[in-house]
Amino acid sequence: MSTPRTLHLGVDLTDGGAHAGGWRAQGPVAPRPFDAARLAGLVATAQQGLLDFVLFDDSFTLRPQRGAALQGRLDAALVSARLAPRSAGIGLVATVDTTHTEPFHVSKAIATIDHVSTGRAAWQLGWSTDAASAAVFGRRPAPDEVDALREAEEAVEVVERLWDSWEDDAEIRDEATHRFVDRDKLHYVDFEGVHFAVKGPSITPRSPQGRPPVVVRAGSPLSLDLAGRRADLVRVQATQRDDARAIREEVRDIARDAGRDPNAVRVLVDLVTVVGQDRRSAQERLDLLEELGGEQGRLPEGSLTHVGTAVDLADLLEDWFDAGAADGFTLRPASLDTDLRAIVNGTVPVLQADGVFRQAYPGTTLRDTLGLPRPASRYAAAQ
Amino acid sequence: MTTKNRKQIHLGVHFPGVNNTTVWTDPRSGSQIDFLSFEHLARKAEDAKLDFFFLAEGLRLREHKGRIHDLDVVGRPDTLPVLAALAAVTDRIGLAGTINTTFNEPFELARQFATLDLLSEGRAAWNLVTSSDAFTGENFRRGGYLDHADRYRRAGELVDVARALWDSWDEWDAEAGGGIAHPFEHTGPQFDVRGTFTTPRGPQGHPVLFQAGDSGEGRDFAAATADVVFSAHSTFEDGQAFYRDVKDRLAAHGRDRDALKIIPATTVTIGDTPEEAAEAARQIRLAQVPGPTAIAFLEQIWGRDLTAYDPEGPLPDVEPDYDNQAITRGRVRHADPREVARQWRELAETNRWSIRELVLQLTSRGGFVGTPTHVADEIDRFVQEDASDGFILVPHLTPHGLDDVLDRVVPLLQERGSFRSEYAGPTLRDHLGLVRPGVPARAAA
Repeated sequence: MSTPRTLHLGVDLTDGGAHAGGWRAQGPVAPRPFDAARLAGLVATAQQGLLDFVLFDDSFTLRPQRGAALQGRLDAALVSARLAPRSAGIGLVATVDTTHTEPFHVSKAIATIDHVSTGRAAWQLGWSTDAASAAVFGRRPAPDEVDALREAEEAVEVVERLWDSWEDDAEIRDEATHRFVDRDKLHYVDFEGVHFAVKGPSITPRSPQGRPPVVVRAGSPLSLDLAGRRADLVRVQATQRDDARAIREEVRDIARDAGRDPNAVRVLVDLVTVVGQDRRSAQERLDLLEELGGEQGRLPEGSLTHVGTAVDLADLLEDWFDAGAADGFTLRPASLDTDLRAIVNGTVPVLQADGVFRQAYPGTTLRDTLGLPRPASRYAAAQ
Repeated sequence: MTTKNRKQIHLGVHFPGVNNTTVWTDPRSGSQIDFLSFEHLARKAEDAKLDFFFLAEGLRLREHKGRIHDLDVVGRPDTLPVLAALAAVTDRIGLAGTINTTFNEPFELARQFATLDLLSEGRAAWNLVTSSDAFTGENFRRGGYLDHADRYRRAGELVDVARALWDSWDEWDAEAGGGIAHPFEHTGPQFDVRGTFTTPRGPQGHPVLFQAGDSGEGRDFAAATADVVFSAHSTFEDGQAFYRDVKDRLAAHGRDRDALKIIPATTVTIGDTPEEAAEAARQIRLAQVPGPTAIAFLEQIWGRDLTAYDPEGPLPDVEPDYDNQAITRGRVRHADPREVARQWRELAETNRWSIRELVLQLTSRGGFVGTPTHVADEIDRFVQEDASDGFILVPHLTPHGLDDVLDRVVPLLQERGSFRSEYAGPTLRDHLGLVRPGVPARAAA
């Protein structure tokens, strides 16, 4: 391809940040962590920096933390929906579980976020193998990873079929015949899998992106395999550039073997950041976070981590990007507000000046930003 | 004007649904999917200081003669994400969403509504419905088929569990550094769950609970459990009887008569003169029942294809096929098709009605028709004389169908002191005058 590759940058806004002490870094009193205005402010900052997306992890259990204070999670899909109307350009990635939920509900929830955001939704596939999540639902025992991933893959298949089950031009409003829809353009998905059967069609018309991008967090050989076959965005973890490059090649090989175009898969490396004016002040803030976070208050292990300046961060991103180790990064700020502002004000301008990051959003949808074409409905293509 | 002695009216708006109440052939009819349609109605209602915005739910597209029913509006977005998005563009109006208990687990519903309550700063409401049909169940892994009698058992236990989850968190306390979650455990015939709830207690403590069941069982369920009954009894005498019946059931559950609000759905058509309003209402009815819709309605009872018949002509001469009552799926059935068919024939013959006229008459939903003053008088009379505590206004057009009612009728209700001119508090419980449930006392750890 003649067009230069563009670096992709997302930011993980889950909880108070990648560091468990992140909540408290702004003072002794909780900064209203469940206030939508706080989240909207973070999205505005990310959007100002022209980032590809904000992302919300989710789970049915609380993160273990010493002392019960300042924990708690909101439903990630509803958070994304809440943030959609007053933002533009930036993608909204919500994690929704597939082990304990209904694929039909998942499908219309993500499609609806895509409608209310006019094309900026993505779905990060969740699955649950822990006994605690199984116990709060009480419907079945916890599956092992093999079973959970098989079921997740069935869920992706059903959800994508439901997204395609309305052709784009199904709504006709034909007054002459009094028909609101052309029912030949509404399709039963007739999925019958090992774990569930779903008839369809969806109740929700096809959304602006057709199929919102699917994100898979690949932290094991099995999930990497699923990601290569199914994901538009693959999140990986690596601490060494060469390891990341090998993982990226593996994902692309799996995609190719599955009959997909490997250039339609974006591999993003998770990157935990503690950004300061200089290396020393960044380290000092990390020390403070460790102190506030208590015993479990450490940075996530196994992840690429940058403790230093915003400019050095730009160098790191470009180095990995140029080496083919990543198509981009999912930034995981240790303290959301502080780190995100430092990245937007200090790192993004360097990347732009170096010509590896956009000067404006290229279109209106997340697919536009990611450089992924809008897929036709599989049912329309079949006719 | 003093509001001291007047009973206060509660008003909600219903986003247009996917049945033939919604007219899509009108040139003013907008998108039922575009978020701007939802935003317009919600903000317009908030400007008029209404209590809440209401969304219905659908989980399977309706079918007729083995195919998807295509004459009415088809398709809608998912209820809760729309309400969460509306929380971003409104500040005060309540956000009520219909969610079926049959295809969800208590943990996820409790979590979603707690999230909505937090994201809207105390404006969430849940209209709880139950279903038992295998037709809808085909879209779900659990099949969803419940014995009819088990519907309310499941719903009741589900609400108990949801409330236990909301109560498992202490009140948020910034001074103390946040909230504390206590473990929960529930073992019952429907649910066997334990663990820690992930989501802090919302501003309302418990989101407001709406319920719409009309059977004796449904009324008892509402009296025991609900904050608002969304009823179908919108005529005066009917309304009074229903109102008395449901309110009388409250004492048995140890509840005050004001603890449950009865808010039926209704339509409103206004005009500058009574004649103008009546003509407008007639035109809306004609648009709601075009010829093909009238034929499809008749086919539900006839159980056979009637498209060869002229909707402006007499009823079909052929006998109904009573063994084919599954011709329509995904909507309410008629109890005794033989008796229904006999009555319809008699009505049509006596009145010399065409097929379409018969259907127009049969599906007439009443509603308020008249000048703004007349409609305001009527709404106020219904509420002051205990035929209801207010109304959910159902428009026939998306999204501007209630603009004139909100602009011209609501101010008259405000003038006479029966409806608020400003919101008294931030939460939906404040608007409805409902007590905020506190955290129950906990056994010492």
